[in-house]
Amino acid sequence: MATVAAAARPVEAEKRKVAAGLWENAWYRLRRDRLTIVSAVTMIVLGLASAAAPLLADHVFKTTELQQDLLSTYAKPTLDPPKYLFGGDELGRSQIVRLLYGGQISLFIGFVAAFMNITIGVALGLVAGYFRGFIDDIITWFVTTLNSVPTIFLLIIFSALFSPSALLLTIVIGVLFWTGVTNFVRGQTFALREREFITAARTIGAPPVRIMTRHILPNVLPLIFVLMAIDVGTIILAESALSYLGLGVPPGTPSWGSMLTNAASYFHRAPWLVISPGLAIFVTVLCLYLVGDGLRDALDPRLKQG
Amino acid sequence: MRTYIIRRLLQAIPTLIGISILVFAITRLAPGDPVRLYTFGALQITEEDIQGLREHYGLDKSLPEQYVNWLTLAVQGDFGKSLQYNRPALPLLLERLPATLQLALVALVLQLAIGIPLGVVAALKRGTWIDNFIRVFAVAGHAIPTFWIGLLFIIIFAVGLRWLPSQGILTVGKDVWDIPDRISHIIMPAFVLALGGIANYSRYLRTETLDVIAQDYIRTAHAKGLRERSVVYVHALRNALIPMVTALGPLLAVLIGGSLVIEQVFTWPGVGQFTYAAARSKDYPVIMAGVMVASTLLVVSYLIRDIAYVVVDPRIKVR
Repeated sequence: MATVAAAARPVEAEKRKVAAGLWENAWYRLRRDRLTIVSAVTMIVLGLASAAAPLLADHVFKTTELQQDLLSTYAKPTLDPPKYLFGGDELGRSQIVRLLYGGQISLFIGFVAAFMNITIGVALGLVAGYFRGFIDDIITWFVTTLNSVPTIFLLIIFSALFSPSALLLTIVIGVLFWTGVTNFVRGQTFALREREFITAARTIGAPPVRIMTRHILPNVLPLIFVLMAIDVGTIILAESALSYLGLGVPPGTPSWGSMLTNAASYFHRAPWLVISPGLAIFVTVLCLYLVGDGLRDALDPRLKQG
Repeated sequence: MRTYIIRRLLQAIPTLIGISILVFAITRLAPGDPVRLYTFGALQITEEDIQGLREHYGLDKSLPEQYVNWLTLAVQGDFGKSLQYNRPALPLLLERLPATLQLALVALVLQLAIGIPLGVVAALKRGTWIDNFIRVFAVAGHAIPTFWIGLLFIIIFAVGLRWLPSQGILTVGKDVWDIPDRISHIIMPAFVLALGGIANYSRYLRTETLDVIAQDYIRTAHAKGLRERSVVYVHALRNALIPMVTALGPLLAVLIGGSLVIEQVFTWPGVGQFTYAAARSKDYPVIMAGVMVASTLLVVSYLIRDIAYVVVDPRIKVR
């Protein structure tokens, strides 16, 4: 693949006079992967639309996420007025605008918590894999313990007892879901630390922190992005389940999960309200998983499935 | 083999201790005083009574002291009395365990029964529309929120078509051994719970089967004139199934964790639903017993998986 890529772009290769790096090769393969590109674009559009929720609500749908209209409760999906594009709920609020605001919450929690997971996971994985021995035992104990409690049980108990704000919930998820990343990084570090270049670094007196961050980390980093994409999806699913159970973000803030709970109690009046929040979660998570898959295939073609 | 099993059993102990610390910390650090909550509105109650109740439940001691007290009793199966039902918490939960196990086991069977054939077919029909369809399904089955699918199923099959009951484990008034009635109740929740696993197994098995059919011994099997069917089922599938045992771990976690949400959607009277209700009413003894039961279930499942792995694959050396 790489040689074909280089041959196809002789001018560029000439200009730089260096072999195409990992990221260039990956980008070259990624561009050809239509499904991944479509998913990534969908993700970006969803993200931008959610970020621009107040603007879109003001200028396109001409309503707010809280504005009620008791004369048009359970409005059918319609283009006129545009605010009922996906219908109106039991208080006549615009479903589409609430979905956009829900997207803000879901994506915020997903990305911020996943970032925290990755940070904690990578740090602990590097430390456990590099130092081994006692430190590794302690970290492994943490990992097995956390892996042995069904996460949703922990989250539900935490939410029910603490009634956390969206930010606190994000932090808790960020602190709880890192075990998969740690396991992966730890395994990789175990293997890498025996390689010659690490011994060489150690021989010239590089301190452990430098070896971990400058020599080992760059080797595991690419696949961390894959884990991140999948992690964000998983967190969004968990958060929406939590909100569905009435234990997610505080009531009042629209969220996809709680919109579904609402819609479920009124589905005989307005069955279409059940469709859009679930579809929003599904499409978002699906896109994230597909991007994760595509990234993995692009970064490490040996792992390509089939 | 025996030493391996014993070692593996011993390894479960620190894990269970870790879980107990975690759960204890969360429940005891939570804001809100359970004694005040339960005496709220009781006008005749005095400060003294509240103090008495607190002493009665041991809530006046220091946290480490409370933990040790709680743990000593917990290992004997005594998680304290439910504040809500005034009955021992563990028996209350164990009454609901069969329902959860039933759901999880039926879901597990469905996962294997649907997921494995899908994976094999996808691998054998590689590159065709069947393969593509199964691959899309394998990702989608993971990404779809189970509670949403559950709701849609209820709306379609219970409310719309009236084929299946929407909730519960048994029609009220029916005999406990009314198997057809039980089956009609379990189909929807079990299938929804199995969805993620079906996706996972089909995807996993597709990769494994593709790996295996590229091996020399498969070519040998073909070359000596075996029928396609026996090549696939006797030679390929058996070898492709071995690594699947490792995939069981995360899936069991999904089964046990996911059952909480599914039990809620289908009002299934299991451990998850009961723990959820306890969490909402701050019934601490039941919450702690619930998490411990669910976690123990998971620890035991992991144990069985690890032992099964060694049994299934003779290439693995037991250390």
